[in-house]
Amino acid sequence: MPEIDLGTTPLRELNAALHRLSPDTNESHWIVDHPEGRHAIAAGLAVPITVEINGPVGYYCAGMNKLATVLIHGSAGVGVAENMMSGFVHVTGDASQSAGATGRGGLLRIDGNASSRCGISMKGIDIVVKGSVGHMSAFMAQAGNLVVFGDAGEALGDSIYEARLFVRGKVKGLGADCIEKEMRDEHKQALHNVLERAGFDGQIDPDEFKRYGSARKLYNFKVDNAGAY
Amino acid sequence: MDWTPRTTPRPSAVFDEFSLSEIRRAAATGIYDIRGGGAKRKVPHFDDLLFLGASVSRYPLEGYREKCATDVWLGTRFAEKPIHIKIPITIAGMSFGSLSAQAKEALGRGASQVGTSTTTGDGGMTEEERHHSTLLVYQLLPSRYGMNPDDLRRADAIEIVVGQGAKPGGGGMLLGQKISDRVAEMRTLPKDIDQRSACRHPDWTGPDDLEIKIEELREITDWQKPIYVKVGASRPFYDTALAVKAGADVIVLDGMQGGTAATQEVFIEHVGLPILGAIRPAVQALQDLGMHRKVQLIVSGGIRNGADVAKALALGADAVSIGTAALVALGDNDPAFEEEYRKLGTTAGCYDDWHEGRDPAGITTQDPELAARLDPALAGRRLANYLSVLTLEAQTIARACGKSHLRNLEPEDLVALTVEAAAMAKVPLAGTDWIPGT
Repeated sequence: MPEIDLGTTPLRELNAALHRLSPDTNESHWIVDHPEGRHAIAAGLAVPITVEINGPVGYYCAGMNKLATVLIHGSAGVGVAENMMSGFVHVTGDASQSAGATGRGGLLRIDGNASSRCGISMKGIDIVVKGSVGHMSAFMAQAGNLVVFGDAGEALGDSIYEARLFVRGKVKGLGADCIEKEMRDEHKQALHNVLERAGFDGQIDPDEFKRYGSARKLYNFKVDNAGAY
Repeated sequence: MDWTPRTTPRPSAVFDEFSLSEIRRAAATGIYDIRGGGAKRKVPHFDDLLFLGASVSRYPLEGYREKCATDVWLGTRFAEKPIHIKIPITIAGMSFGSLSAQAKEALGRGASQVGTSTTTGDGGMTEEERHHSTLLVYQLLPSRYGMNPDDLRRADAIEIVVGQGAKPGGGGMLLGQKISDRVAEMRTLPKDIDQRSACRHPDWTGPDDLEIKIEELREITDWQKPIYVKVGASRPFYDTALAVKAGADVIVLDGMQGGTAATQEVFIEHVGLPILGAIRPAVQALQDLGMHRKVQLIVSGGIRNGADVAKALALGADAVSIGTAALVALGDNDPAFEEEYRKLGTTAGCYDDWHEGRDPAGITTQDPELAARLDPALAGRRLANYLSVLTLEAQTIARACGKSHLRNLEPEDLVALTVEAAAMAKVPLAGTDWIPGT
């Protein structure tokens, strides 16, 4: 099991080594120590390995992740797992703004709170936040599921497209074209599936959540809706 | 004689024919006008500059015999694999979605034939353009439509788009008529909706964040790819300085004449600077930082002929980029389609409703029948011819100025015909040694 100390090994060396791995590598579990907030740690992974990072990370950790599992034992800076394609990223602490931004697939789990713009422009990623999310979360969210155990800040789901938002706590305010929607069985099942994948199987009751999504009134410009923009 | 002389009906210079028609259109529809293209108003431009040519004190090169090189290296600052273009003219970013797949292919074919690059656009990378573009620049835009690490790695360079000249501060727009099944799938959006791309990036704000974003892209691509930063011309001195500070390899500076697929008319005509007023401040920023020629500068917006290319280079740019002119070379606004343009309420040369997807030339459309009108091989050949002419024209001028490489053109080779152009380009008013503001 390779163990890299970022206190002594340049980040560029670590990422280059991770990028060189083939899909059937035997070096499938990496430990990274002393990240000390460095940016772009384990960005651009493309093989099904596990990278455990012991400590807080800076911006864009696990950015554009594909297939890999990245476990961050600490908090994450801006844009953790941004544009993730697939795989699993788990933050045991809090996440700064734009967590999971534009993600196209995979699962992002945040055990603490996520700051503003969590899931901004998400395109298929599933995001589970045990704590609360800040303002403008799921802004222009296109696809995927954002699950929040705590509360959501102002303007949740502003200009949302087809993403599904599940919030257990209070929502301070909904953004333009975002409305509360009926929680039908299919949505409970979808939520159950996401929770199961995130490791919460049987621990959380989907019935405790409310669902939010697009009213689809701003999909095509109408002058009578101009005030909503 | 009871005839009373009357004055000739006098149209208003302020309420001119276009303004009146726009007022009527707005009153009838209640919505702003959207169109494609760049600023159509008259602004100080390269036409307001002249080359001096050689004289007793300047030694010209023989037009048909002595070499005048045209190649440019882009991305030499940090990238392990900078790109080498044979002519200083690149094809600007235009999306699949705004353009047909055939048009994208044609751009790739034409550019590759003369050894230069094309650029993706707000919609991701298509197989057609990757396959037919020897050198392909992959744009990272606020929308991140289609963005993925595989395309990032198979691109030859990456361009972070902060803004564009037609709409600095504005996002993208692709109306429902052009959201075909394929476009919708690439953008992860429902079909037929109006797609409005964000104007700000979702995961970075400001120059300090940009530096970290660039670092991430370099890490993902193992520091191999040149990274460009594209800005609309608005605050060129500071934008250039900040992009250099953030670690860009190349700055792309787009003036207000640069085209867009679809934006509000009022935005296109009233926001941003003409490219003539933006080049010298950008070059000044590079020179102040000791980075001129180390970080390359590509300028765009209203490039039409080899004289425009030569003038942009003389003002300090390393290369230019063309969009509108490239589409015209493919066949856009061709008088051959005049009858169909008339049916659309316009005329060849004026057609700019690119967002409606009914382009008779088959370029700015997703309609399969219209798109099939464009033969990518023939259109690509036309573009290659045009790019060759631009290059030959620029070489002609450079040789007359005694330059053995286009990059050796300099402000001293130029004079201005108007006070405004002299002030913007910081070259003397013709026949004087006066540069306004100095």
